[in-house]
Amino acid sequence: MRAPSGTGPEVAVGDVLLSVENVSLSFGGVNAVSDVSFDIRKGEIRAIIGPNGAGKTSMLNIINGFYHPQQGRITFKGKTRAKMRPHDAAYGGIARTFQNVALFRGMTALDNIMTGRTLKMHTNFFWQLLRFGPAMAEEVEHRRRVEEIIDFLKIQEIRRIPVGRLPYGLQKRVELGRALAMEPDLLLLDEPMAGMNLEEKEDMSRFILDVNDHYGTTIALIEHDMGVVMDLSDRVVVLDHGIKIADGTPDAIKADQGVIDAYLGVAH
Amino acid sequence: MFYREAGQYKTSYRADQALFPIRQDQIGMLLILAIAFIGVPLTQSDFVIDSFITPILIFSLAAIGLNLLTGYTGLLSLGTGAFMGVGAFGCYKLTTFFPHVNIIVIIVCSGFLSAAAGIVFGLPSLRIKGFYLAVATLAAQFFLSWCFIRIPWLYNNNVSASIEVPERMMFGIPITGPTAAVTTRYLIVLSIVAVMTWLASNLIRGRIGRTWMAVRDMDIAAELIGIKLYQTKLMAFAVSSFYCGVAGAMLVFLYLGNAESESFNINQSFLVLFMVIIGGLGSLLGSFFGAALIYGLPIVLRMVKEGLGLAVTSATLEHINFITLGTLIILFLIAEPNGLARLWQIGKQKLRVWPFPY
Amino acid sequence: MHLLYQIFIDPFVQMGSAPDLLAQTLWEGLVSGVLYALIALGFVLIFKASGVFNFAQGIMVVFAALTLVGLYAHGVPAFLALAITIGVMFLLALAVERFVLRPLVNQAEIILFMATFGLTYILIGSGELIFGGDPKVMISDQLLLPSGAYTVKMLGGFVQMQKIDIAAAIIASLMVASLALFFQKTRIGRALRAVADSHRAALSVGISLEYIWVVVWFAAGIVALATGIMWGARSNVSFALEIISLKALPVLILGGFTSIPGAIIGGVIIGLGEKIGEFYWGPLFGSGIEEWFAYVIALVFLLFRPQGLFGERIIERI
Repeated sequence: MRAPSGTGPEVAVGDVLLSVENVSLSFGGVNAVSDVSFDIRKGEIRAIIGPNGAGKTSMLNIINGFYHPQQGRITFKGKTRAKMRPHDAAYGGIARTFQNVALFRGMTALDNIMTGRTLKMHTNFFWQLLRFGPAMAEEVEHRRRVEEIIDFLKIQEIRRIPVGRLPYGLQKRVELGRALAMEPDLLLLDEPMAGMNLEEKEDMSRFILDVNDHYGTTIALIEHDMGVVMDLSDRVVVLDHGIKIADGTPDAIKADQGVIDAYLGVAH
Repeated sequence: MFYREAGQYKTSYRADQALFPIRQDQIGMLLILAIAFIGVPLTQSDFVIDSFITPILIFSLAAIGLNLLTGYTGLLSLGTGAFMGVGAFGCYKLTTFFPHVNIIVIIVCSGFLSAAAGIVFGLPSLRIKGFYLAVATLAAQFFLSWCFIRIPWLYNNNVSASIEVPERMMFGIPITGPTAAVTTRYLIVLSIVAVMTWLASNLIRGRIGRTWMAVRDMDIAAELIGIKLYQTKLMAFAVSSFYCGVAGAMLVFLYLGNAESESFNINQSFLVLFMVIIGGLGSLLGSFFGAALIYGLPIVLRMVKEGLGLAVTSATLEHINFITLGTLIILFLIAEPNGLARLWQIGKQKLRVWPFPY
Repeated sequence: MHLLYQIFIDPFVQMGSAPDLLAQTLWEGLVSGVLYALIALGFVLIFKASGVFNFAQGIMVVFAALTLVGLYAHGVPAFLALAITIGVMFLLALAVERFVLRPLVNQAEIILFMATFGLTYILIGSGELIFGGDPKVMISDQLLLPSGAYTVKMLGGFVQMQKIDIAAAIIASLMVASLALFFQKTRIGRALRAVADSHRAALSVGISLEYIWVVVWFAAGIVALATGIMWGARSNVSFALEIISLKALPVLILGGFTSIPGAIIGGVIIGLGEKIGEFYWGPLFGSGIEEWFAYVIALVFLLFRPQGLFGERIIERI
């Protein structure tokens, strides 16, 4: 169980939001993921862990619609998909961040987060051309929402700086902001703490918890730092060489011999 | 000291997102417009306006068009000349069919013809990227150039395969054709360019501009936040070609007075591309700088030659022009890949902190 | 209806009724294809080794030919002029490496691509300045290149094959074979491939980028010179060649940007396609479809196979 955050009531965990069934993915002979099944419940923080090369990022990419599994199916919000394009995943309410920060380097932090609102902006070309009336009202409204996120993530000072010039930790925060701007039902975080020092990790952990508390967003996160995983997550899935080797609460996982072996490199 | 923003704070998002949020910039813009609309016609000679300012304005518009496609959306295009040509020949045919419709309306409509051509030749962008897409635009360039010669209907079967601009009036004043005054044409070009630049800046600052830049910077990530890549790219092609088409129509109707297929060949595409590179990719202001420099270069060279009293033929001058252009391109790419626009920004930054060094 | 007949039936009827003409057209297509392939070869060399798409390859062909002819016109004996021209191409490679490639070493590919536009303009300007813009005659006899033609009686008529074209095909094949071997088998070849993959990685294992780049641009210069001589021997040496050399781009699309055999096959396909298209379908459209037909072929190809015949499939990872 995660440590009490003290910031509010714990979010009630609900029905299954996403379920992965017997999914297999291979790239020209390399089995990235083999017959993996697990589910993610609404409102929970689910960690996906495992040694390097376990297939964790591939799993996220599958959920996102970026890779198409050769076998298996994914059910999201009750709907089972055959093939999903990334755009449809976004439309359906899935947002994510990336291992190597995938921000738009030519734009400022503010603009990057504003792009996250694209799906919600509907004024047509004509009004955009004039930047008047509905277009302006929409721009201001979304700016307001984005500023809420900027306040939440405490990145006010850097909003006008091109993201290419920001330090790594702040870039990751901006990327989180962009994902939040999509108001997702499911937020996929790929190693959000990578390359951070202790202080930055604590900040990011707090943000993740706050997102889950404040917005009720379901979160799936890939993470290597075991302390973070144990503290933050409700349930954990462990992958190794593309196979699921454990699935349960952090305490159960900690005690699981198979998991310990995998991390210590014991052949099995 | 003079260019400080201190004390200028915004109390609404609307104000913060204005085109010129800094008061000094607002004043500066008004001054520039005043000079352009009133000062220039009053003080500059017809010669300066006609051989320098009017064409630079027209090419700035073409450069803006290409910049929207290449600088903001990241799609390299070598077909600018052809799209300008579609605008020019389209304008010619439209005004042949509708001689009594106001020519400015026709010019704007020919932009739509160009936009259609842009969409057609942008269709491959669904599957093709980068260099390959540039080659596809080359296909557009060569095919359309061929059309401009081989389809006599386009130039009303004129024997010399060129188009002569007919006289058109507005409010009783000749605007196009041999009798149109330099100042009249200049003011119309200026108005069209000013309005279209403003519209472009609106697009850039809003949702559409952001989606373009997102596609440019990382199209995979753009897709994952819900941006439809194909629609975005086609929109870029359409808008960009619209601008190039209007520029082409203005080039022929409000400046040259005539045109032939050669006016819109691959060399023209390169010239506009150089304007965009030197002026600054992804900068509207840079388009103006780039057009001024590239267009002004031969004129400056000629002045240098006359100033130094060198006995150099005009052909040689043109060769030197080519060499200088090429060298400038390489120098800019090495020293300041973001072009003159970035240098301008650096200059403004220095002005902000003046008299302190940083 | 008549139009459909004209497009889909008539040209084939024509082909069948005069097979010797078809053979002649095929031969012409093959020949121009070989020459396109030579230009494409220069592109592939530079791209394979430096990741730079050298838009100036075409003008290098013209420049090399002009230098050769220009030297001869000033009284330099033919083979000495050839040697000096080779030297000039070497100096050009040195200059390009020093003043263009080195300052731009870690920039995006598109920046380097645009730098070669600048290079193109510089070479056009200098070429015209130094040698003048009027067409020149290639010194084929002095270089001991064959002239005249073989007339072969076949397929109910005559097919004429210029000896110079046969020589061009042979020289091209030799060049391709030796370059392919060079890349695969030698140490420098391996280094070249490493550099093409990643400048930074190559630097970190101690490969001298400057050396490699000079080598490869020099090689491309030699190829350009050979191409210029062959092209010039068939028609004159003029700046129109620069535009024709843009045809190498469709060749590269078909053959892939990094494949030497691909450049040949792509060149042949484009050359054949273009000539046959022009001869049998051209009259339908009015003449001159050669100007764009190659590009349309490439475009259609791209839509079905974005990486070309031999190019490598790029798998993007995030």
